[in-house]
Amino acid sequence: MKNRIIKVDQLARVEGEGSLFVKIADGKVADVKLKIYEPPRFFEAFLRGRSYAEAPDITARICGICPIAYQMSSVTAMEDAFGVEVTGQLAALRRLIYCGEWIESHVLHMYMLHAPDFLGYEDALQLAKDKPELVKTALQMKKIGNDVMIVIGGREIHPINVRVGGFYRVPAKSELTPLLDRLKWARDQAIETAKLVNTFEFPPFELEYEFVSLRSPDEYPIIGGRFVSNSGLDIAIREYEFHFEERHVHHSHALHSIEKGKGAYHVGPLARFNLNFDFLSPIAKQVANEIGLRPMVKNPFKSIVVRAIETIYAYDEAIRIIEQYEEPESPTVHYEVQAGIGFGASEAPRGTLYHRYRLGSDGTILDAKIVPPTAQNQPTIENDLRQFVTANIDLPREALTWKVEQAVRNYDPCISCATHFVRLEID
Amino acid sequence: MAAKRPKIAVFKFASCDGCQLSLLDAEDELLLVAGAVEIANFPEASRRILRGPYDIGLVEGSITTPHDVERIRHIRKECKFLITIGACATAGGIQALRNWKDVKEFTRLVYASPDHISTLDRSMPVGSYVHVDFELRGCPINKYQLLEVVNAYLNKRKPNVPTHSLCMQCKKKGNICVMVAEGIPCLGPVTQTGCGALCPSYNRGCYGCFGPMENPNPSSLSKQLAELGADREDIMLMFRGFNAYAEAFRKESDAHEK
Repeated sequence: MKNRIIKVDQLARVEGEGSLFVKIADGKVADVKLKIYEPPRFFEAFLRGRSYAEAPDITARICGICPIAYQMSSVTAMEDAFGVEVTGQLAALRRLIYCGEWIESHVLHMYMLHAPDFLGYEDALQLAKDKPELVKTALQMKKIGNDVMIVIGGREIHPINVRVGGFYRVPAKSELTPLLDRLKWARDQAIETAKLVNTFEFPPFELEYEFVSLRSPDEYPIIGGRFVSNSGLDIAIREYEFHFEERHVHHSHALHSIEKGKGAYHVGPLARFNLNFDFLSPIAKQVANEIGLRPMVKNPFKSIVVRAIETIYAYDEAIRIIEQYEEPESPTVHYEVQAGIGFGASEAPRGTLYHRYRLGSDGTILDAKIVPPTAQNQPTIENDLRQFVTANIDLPREALTWKVEQAVRNYDPCISCATHFVRLEID
Repeated sequence: MAAKRPKIAVFKFASCDGCQLSLLDAEDELLLVAGAVEIANFPEASRRILRGPYDIGLVEGSITTPHDVERIRHIRKECKFLITIGACATAGGIQALRNWKDVKEFTRLVYASPDHISTLDRSMPVGSYVHVDFELRGCPINKYQLLEVVNAYLNKRKPNVPTHSLCMQCKKKGNICVMVAEGIPCLGPVTQTGCGALCPSYNRGCYGCFGPMENPNPSSLSKQLAELGADREDIMLMFRGFNAYAEAFRKESDAHEK
């Protein structure tokens, strides 16, 4: 028992390819590596020389799970460079399609990727054999998120309708209103989901984190705002690189992000919830209060409950936006292409996604920087694993390995994104 | 009974995960599919991995490292039918843009210690290394086409996946041609159908997600694009997108290289 290696060669139920490696020597954790071995794809390099207008379509291909996040961070960065802002109903439509992505991604993660760990199943399909109605309901909850993306974006993976300045075509109100009944049904199911996942057994595991998320003046953060943290950080998006940096570690194709002078930090649902609880919708807040979920949530295993609350919020927000929607006169706002640097950030389902572009006078991309949420969380995940294994070092190998996998899945890591990005083995 | 269900495996190489996600996005069909086949190896969905051989292997992603080459050869031996899903696996994907550049330079642009990165000079389709039984196009694939292909192989018939141009689908939908009516550059005339003619339906030009149609005539389209005001570089970049390394698109973009 004193010297052990826990290895998971291919992490399952995460997006993309990573492995886990934990080395225990003399009864202590000697090494933890979340290895991102998925081969790099060099997006930042081949964006050079492409037009600003192509960035939303090209960067969407970094991740099939959160293409809208890439599209929104890139278009808002370009708009920042051109000195224009998309507001009103066009901004509301952007928020709506983003709600669709939160719903699709959160429901996928809660039911297909994470809940099986808590319920002792290897996957949701095995779960479906025992609880078919639960899984069928989950799939329909997920589908409505995809349908929101399809109506606005044309398709759910790599939507084609998002562009710098707005959209190519805006939907008529009559295209959106048929979604309302199903969104309301799904919101009720999400409330039941929150109550269900709150009954799961959570390992007693709390850490002091530096939580970082966007914060907007008057709403729960999705697109834009300022970077804030629980230790008092409050900066504009364009100041991000003064406060955070990326490091290249040998065991990973993902660059590790740290907050200068502070170290590892935590982005994603817990950070958003803890820093923006006041902006949740009344229903989401009420359910959180009923199940006793209040900031600061410091147990990462409870991220599934926070995701459920955010899912309620996303349905609620989608309903609100559709009910208040009026078709804009133009699908785009006018802008003049000019040389400059633009910064953009948005809250992907699994955390903040930062983009920065430098453009030539004709709008050609001269230089690009993209910091995906999983790269930011990677040092925090490794730290969680170190602490978790230390606290549970006497568990049998099989049980410990599964728990450690679960601890990684707390973060809903997206390895495809993080590559310029993870592999997990416990040694 | 359960033991006789055909075994399906899903494998990932360099990609965005979107094409395999299409399977999980088939919300109305997923449980039916899971009843009809044994999902034997699908790490994104399950930590239960059954050993091969498999009846059908679905491969997502392009081949970009020496290890990938060994792995795809091993996978080929394990799978009775090997089906590539999406533009990465069938044409090298957007990351094939590296094929025109110095990959060492690319590595330096992204990573501080490039020596730790093992990568091939080129991002290549799976078919460059092993025999592929069927190539399903799209960036991303159309999930209904995926279900059709799996169904066809399980029932020993040819998949019904049309290879004609996007234009035909666009006309059938009753769209007004964005190129003729509004002068918007569109790859529809040379691109394989499959997406549902989405971009023209949203008032923008097709950007070629499904790759070249059967027997395309890209040089004729280039003339039309030039008449609309596109310069040589514009045309080169249009063909050099998500299916840049598909032969017909590659040749046409090379012909417009400065």
